[in-house]
Formats: sequence, structure tokens, C-alpha cells
Amino acid sequence: MKNLRVPIFLVAMLTGLALAEDPEFSAADTAWMLVATGLVLLMTPALAFFYGGLVRSKNALNTMMMSFSVLGFVAVAWALLGYTLALSGDGNFIGDLRYLFLNNVGVENKGAIVAITIPHMLWMIFQGTFAIITAALVSGAVVERMRFPAFLLFITLWSLLVYAPIAKWVWGGGFLADLGAWDFAGGTVVHINAGIAAVVAALVLGARKDFGRQAILPHNVPFVLLGAALLWFGWFGFNAGSAWAASATAGLALTNTILAPAATIVVWSLIDLMRTGRVTAVGLATAVVVGLVVITPAAAFVSPSFALVMGAIGAFPSYYVLLWRARSGMDDSLDVFASHGIGGITGAILTGVFAQKSVNGLFDGLIAGNPAQVLIQAFAVLIAVVYSGGMTFALLKLVGAITPLKAPIKEEGVGMDITQHGEEAYTSGEGAILVNTESAMPAAKPKPVGGTD
Amino acid sequence: MKLIVAIVRSEKLNEVLEALFKAEVRGLSISRVQGHGGETERVETYRGITVKMELSEKVRLEIGVSDHFVEPTVRAILASARTGEVGDGKIFVMPVEKVYRIRTGEEDTAAVTPVS
Repeated sequence: MKNLRVPIFLVAMLTGLALAEDPEFSAADTAWMLVATGLVLLMTPALAFFYGGLVRSKNALNTMMMSFSVLGFVAVAWALLGYTLALSGDGNFIGDLRYLFLNNVGVENKGAIVAITIPHMLWMIFQGTFAIITAALVSGAVVERMRFPAFLLFITLWSLLVYAPIAKWVWGGGFLADLGAWDFAGGTVVHINAGIAAVVAALVLGARKDFGRQAILPHNVPFVLLGAALLWFGWFGFNAGSAWAASATAGLALTNTILAPAATIVVWSLIDLMRTGRVTAVGLATAVVVGLVVITPAAAFVSPSFALVMGAIGAFPSYYVLLWRARSGMDDSLDVFASHGIGGITGAILTGVFAQKSVNGLFDGLIAGNPAQVLIQAFAVLIAVVYSGGMTFALLKLVGAITPLKAPIKEEGVGMDITQHGEEAYTSGEGAILVNTESAMPAAKPKPVGGTD
Repeated sequence: MKLIVAIVRSEKLNEVLEALFKAEVRGLSISRVQGHGGETERVETYRGITVKMELSEKVRLEIGVSDHFVEPTVRAILASARTGEVGDGKIFVMPVEKVYRIRTGEEDTAAVTPVS
């Protein structure tokens, strides 16, 4: 407990200092953003449960580890390099190196956004939690077959070379922002980006050996529901936190973040009922995520009634793309594309439809007589799709040239938990014999996997 | 009549079932078992504690068949469960004294012949 008190005390002291120095600094905004940052960080372990429940038990740990390891690798990459690439300088395409290794990132207000009323450092780490969850989302496309070291290398580079530039274009004063494309909390940067990277990764890696030949079922549906619940909770920080203030805007964003997924649940359930006669739990958990993704770019740009409409409309494209994907040859194993790619595109376009200046004070959409906004939104989507797709492909080829991407078929059969991590999610411990020697891990030397089972 | 007991790798179960259904073997039971058959142990680590897992997860199939079905059943399992590595499992063929089908009271060969 001692360890916990020190940073809290420090933060309190540092925020106090900043308050004294800067008249524009807001204690209320800072308090909310401290909470919001924690909420967004929670989304990544939440995603680990969501994804972990959807895979087979022999791959549960490996799948959850992909999200958990991102909490380390991408966070470090963000602090050292990613942040300065994404959110510094006046460049249109990429930041400069003024914040390299967190240089010049202090507690006073001097980030890229002048109007901000919270410490620069807090804003940096709040943005870092977005980089983390985005990278973790991509893992859903490569589960149950990608070698873990290859994944670590790929995802760390991805956060620097794909995520950071797109974040710059949209949030860092880059060319998409100048163009007038609006993305409140990251529909383009986070969801379209992750969804497209997922498709490319699934295609480059190839399908699991059992894909299309055997039924591959979720091993723990309650985990999936738990993950969806925690994702929703964390999303309040994601959307309402993107107001960067404890403001009326944050209140609107939070309201919409509850109403839109609610509408998606209703419509998704009705489609389920009409199509199959049953409402499914995995379907409902997916609907929650889709609704959240759809409202993300519009969270504080549309009125609550249009948030309901967006959530309702958003159910259709993702539902049917999901059905199509399962029958196609593309093994985007956990449907990152259908949920985040399609949901993100739907949300980005609908933002251009339902936005009202009377609500957001910034811009009008189609419904308020500005049809051009839809085209601008679509153009931003197109840019993100092209860049994310192309760059992800190049990165995977690069990583594949350094180390094999895919586990051998035998290892896939035994399961990634045992072969990649030397652990099992559900083990009785029967027949386990303690090894006392401190000698090098025998598991490290490659041996025929079939023989070890 | 014979009782065929086969112990196979869990990850091969689906292929074995597929092969059995193709060979028109319809009635069977499976159970998850743990065992050891001379294969090298896997090593796992939990918080710095290294353990050798002596027992491996396997699947045990029990299939009651009439005599002329023994050969195709065994061949189907042999072909589908084999990887060539130690630990592929065993097939035991055992004589059966008496079989009853509970629903109808049918006995012996009639009891193990699938309902058409």
C-alpha cells in the first residue's frame, strides 16, 4: 500500500503546483481526466476477457496475453517515441521530436492543444491509453496461431508507424483535421484503423488450421459478457474523457455512450429473433461493442435522440458483415473488422449525417443542411483505410522476414498456451512434478511438439 | 461383439470422429482422461516454479461393435489419430460377453447395430 500512496501524493502535489502557475488550469477538469485515464486503461484488460472468452480453452492465456503485453510494450513505445510522433509540432503528417523520451512533457499546460486545462503530462498519458487499446484490438485477428515474439515486435512497431501518424492527422493538427473531418473520440484513429489492420493481418497470416473445417467455439461466454461490461464502463472514459474537461460536452458524450449501444442491443436482438428465433449472448456482447464503436466519433457531436438512431442503424452493417465473414475464407478470428472496422466506418459517416451545430457548437451534418460533411468524413475514412492497410501489410512483411509469424501446425494443434507460454489456463496440477534445478529452462530448446504431449 | 477402447490425442479427436462417421461407426462414448505413455514430459513455469507435467490430457473412446465392424473401426482410428510422434495413444480390442440395448431390450449383435 505504501507504494500506491507515493504517486497519488506526488500527483496531488504536482497538480497543486501547476494550479498556482497557470490561471487557466482547472482542478475539476484534471480530476475528471485522472479518472477517465484509468477508465480507458481498464478497457485493455477488459478486451483480454472479451477476446479470451471467445477462443478455445487451449488458447485462452495466449489470447489474453496479447492484450496484457500491449499494456507494457505499447505504453513504453508511446512514452519514448509514439507521443511525440503523434501529438507535437505544426506538421501536417508527422510530429517532430520535441517530446522524445518525454522531454519537455511537464505538468504545466504546454501540449499541442493550447486550450487544454489539464497538465500536459496527464494529457500525454491519457492519449497513451488510446494507443494501447487500439493495438490490443488488432490482436483479435491473429489469435490462436501467431507466434508470440512476432506479435510483440509487430504490435510495438505498429503503434509507432501506423497509430501515431493517423493520430497526428486527426488529433494533432494534421491534414485531416484541417480538412474539416470530425472524429470526437477516435472512430477513425482507433476503430477503423484497428479494423483494417485486422483484415490485413488475418490475410497475411492465413487461417487457423481448423478454420472452415471444424467448429471453433468460444470456451467461456461469461468471460465475453464480463469483458463487454468492463469495456462499456471503460468507454465512459474513452468518450466522455475525450471532452478533455469536466464539462457539459463530457455529459453529452457519456449520455450518448449509454444510449447508442442500448439501441444497438435492441436492434441486434430483434434481427437475431427474426433470423433465428433466438437472442444470443455472444451476439449481445458483440452488439454492445458495435454500438460503442459507432457512437465514438459522434459522441458529443449529436443529440441523444440521434445517438439512439445511430446505434440502431449501426447494428445492421456489422451484423451482416459478421455473417458474411464467418462463411468467407478470411480468418479474422474474433471479427475485429466487422465490429470495429465496419462499426467505425458506419459511425464516421453517420457523424457527418447527424451532427448539429446547435448541439456541438462546431459543425453541421447532412441533417442540418450540410451534405458536404458526409463526403469529408468519407474521405477521412478512405485515407485511414489506405494508410492503415498498406502500412500494416508492409510491417507484417518486415516482421515476417525477421522471425516467422505463424506457429507450426503441430503447435497450433497442441494449443498456444502450452507451446508459446509454457502455461495452461485450466490445469488440475495432477501429475505435475516440481523441478528443483535452477538450470536454463528446458522448454526453451526446440523439440518436436507432438512428442511433448 | 467387441469393445474397442482407444486413447488418442485431444487435438486429434475431431479428425478421429470424422473418420469414424465416414466408416459408419455411429455409437460411441468419449471421456477426457489423463495419462502417461512414454512421451517426453512438457515443462511449464508458474511464478518461477518449474514443473514437469507427467500426465497428458487424452481422450478415451469406447465403441461397442459387432465383429465385422472391428476392422474398419480400428483402421479409421489408426489413420486419423496418428501423428508419428510418441504419445499418439493406443487401441484395445476386448471381447464382450453380453450387450443389451436399454430402450428395446435387444441383445448382442442387434444391440450394437445402429438404428437405421
